[in-house]
Amino acid sequence: MISQLIFRALDKRAVWVVCALLLVALAIPFANLVLPEGNPLHLPNYAVPLFGKYMTYAMLALALDLVWGYCGILSLGHAAFFSLGGYAMGMYLMRQIGARGVYGNPILPDFMVFLNYKELPWFWYGFDNFWFAALMVVLVPGLLAFVFGFLAFRSRVTGVYLSIITQAMTYALLLAFFRNDLGFGGNNGLTDFKDILGFNVQAGTTRAALFAASSIALAIAVIVCSAIVNSKLGKVMIAIRDAESRTRFLGYRVDNVKLFAFVVSAVIAGVAGALYVPQVGIINPGEFEPGNSIEVVIWTAVGGRGTIIGPILGGLLVNAGKSIFTGVWPDHWLYALGGLFIFVTLFMPKGIVGSLRSLFSSKTPQREDNEATRDTGGADTRLDADLQPGPAE
Amino acid sequence: MSEVTDKFKTMLYLNGVSVSFDGFRALHNLSIIVHPNEMLAIIGPNGAGKTTMMDIITGKTKPDDGEVFFDGRTDLTRLDEAAIANLGIGRKFQKPTVFESQTVWDNLEMALKKPRGVFATLGYVAANDDIARINEILDTIRLSSRKGDLAAGLSHGQKQWLEIGMLLAQDPKLLLVDEPVAGMTDSETEETAKLLKEIAKTRSVVVVEHDMSFVRALGTRVSCLAEGSVLAEGTLDQVSANPVVIERYLGR
Repeated sequence: MISQLIFRALDKRAVWVVCALLLVALAIPFANLVLPEGNPLHLPNYAVPLFGKYMTYAMLALALDLVWGYCGILSLGHAAFFSLGGYAMGMYLMRQIGARGVYGNPILPDFMVFLNYKELPWFWYGFDNFWFAALMVVLVPGLLAFVFGFLAFRSRVTGVYLSIITQAMTYALLLAFFRNDLGFGGNNGLTDFKDILGFNVQAGTTRAALFAASSIALAIAVIVCSAIVNSKLGKVMIAIRDAESRTRFLGYRVDNVKLFAFVVSAVIAGVAGALYVPQVGIINPGEFEPGNSIEVVIWTAVGGRGTIIGPILGGLLVNAGKSIFTGVWPDHWLYALGGLFIFVTLFMPKGIVGSLRSLFSSKTPQREDNEATRDTGGADTRLDADLQPGPAE
Repeated sequence: MSEVTDKFKTMLYLNGVSVSFDGFRALHNLSIIVHPNEMLAIIGPNGAGKTTMMDIITGKTKPDDGEVFFDGRTDLTRLDEAAIANLGIGRKFQKPTVFESQTVWDNLEMALKKPRGVFATLGYVAANDDIARINEILDTIRLSSRKGDLAAGLSHGQKQWLEIGMLLAQDPKLLLVDEPVAGMTDSETEETAKLLKEIAKTRSVVVVEHDMSFVRALGTRVSCLAEGSVLAEGTLDQVSANPVVIERYLGR
């Protein structure tokens, strides 16, 4: 069954994306570490973790697309899963600091010494082991998604209402993580990381390796998502997106299918967050900001939802644009982002990938194309009604 | 024959079913029986409760009162839509509802009677039998040449047929068919009547329809519903000769 799944996952498009990602995983470290400074293709040091960050964002967008583009669940809380994965990794990195912190306490991270903690809270146990932290990166977002999804889908909360409660979920976590007594560093979050797996997080080679790990993780996520959407379950997910109650009358347990997609998506988002933290060097409650989750929706919409490559492209392009734009014209990025979203919604409802595909295949429409670029009035209206005010606020 | 033994021999047994929405009585003390391998045609004016009756049988709506039994022993009022579908009750909707962004083949593959669990569906690999069965259904519903096309591209009548094909793929014991010939040409209507009669040889079928010539072509037992209960029952000739039916439905 597994081999069948992987075989199906590797359709032509997925193979191209995976190959491109693996190539980039080699090319960027090569351009940074091997090519000498004078070479026109040399990549400066600051660019490596920046590109690595884009990769994790692309992975987050892909995770959202699995539930939104393919299953019709517009989650406005995906940054929460990303942040929880990030916090799990951050806790590991904090414990790796050991006695090198400002206060020199071998067990307690600096913020705990500062807040007069006498001993390590129980939920920090085990995070000195990488394997344990890695497990938590998958388990914590997965479990939250399971409990949340179980309650929401079983009660048949759909559409705008579901979007609102996912937004409430990330807002609740934002408020909780801001509190000092929760034990996660309050509003300062976790930072001042030193080592990951014994390697200095600041070192060029470590950063190159982290970039490569992010690209490879994204490639694996592409294979996983592709395996799901190319299976019969993927067809049922699309059926749920297009006509939920009809799918119930066919005998499918819609809530279970949605729950599966939601949990897988949350796990992918969590892994992305875990790779994000060592590359940016900090995780704080700001990552739970409701606006962050809405931005992910924009990346996905811009790239093209309901496709595998669309959200990746959207995540990379919009964030590269953000880096350039905020450098040149820092105060106006949000207007540009809002404008972009309105433009895409009005003129390219299928996103970049969808628009390109319908351009090239207008004479011979194929199944995948139409699947990807289909124009559901419902989903688009939802997009218009709920999201446009978000980015412009 | 006592009522109890009667109930155990039925495929569908509705007894005294009532349901109200915001004070509107959609069904009032409705009783209907369908036997195994029997076809029942239901006629009646708009708002008579035909669709509400189907909603109750398929678990979409719960009745306020009354009994709904499938196959003589399964209480349908306790189950949800998916469980009822898996028991072997298939439903064709009034407005054809096929999955438009997917191909004719995929529509049938999803409907095909197979384990419906998440992981079983994820790991599903079409067996030769499944492919043969889908091809067979495609022949029956005359869509073999369109199997790779998106369902959105089908004509209205073809969508109706695809939905009937999806019902066949589910291999149900009881089919609920809501206005199957709406929007069909005369020859398509004739073909549909033949197809349903063929199906009714091995399954129970409940057909809701307004088209009297179609109901006549089915040549089966007829129930006329009005204001949520049965007005008259019998052959089409008996029912259409009933003065109350003429006054409340046909005479308009």
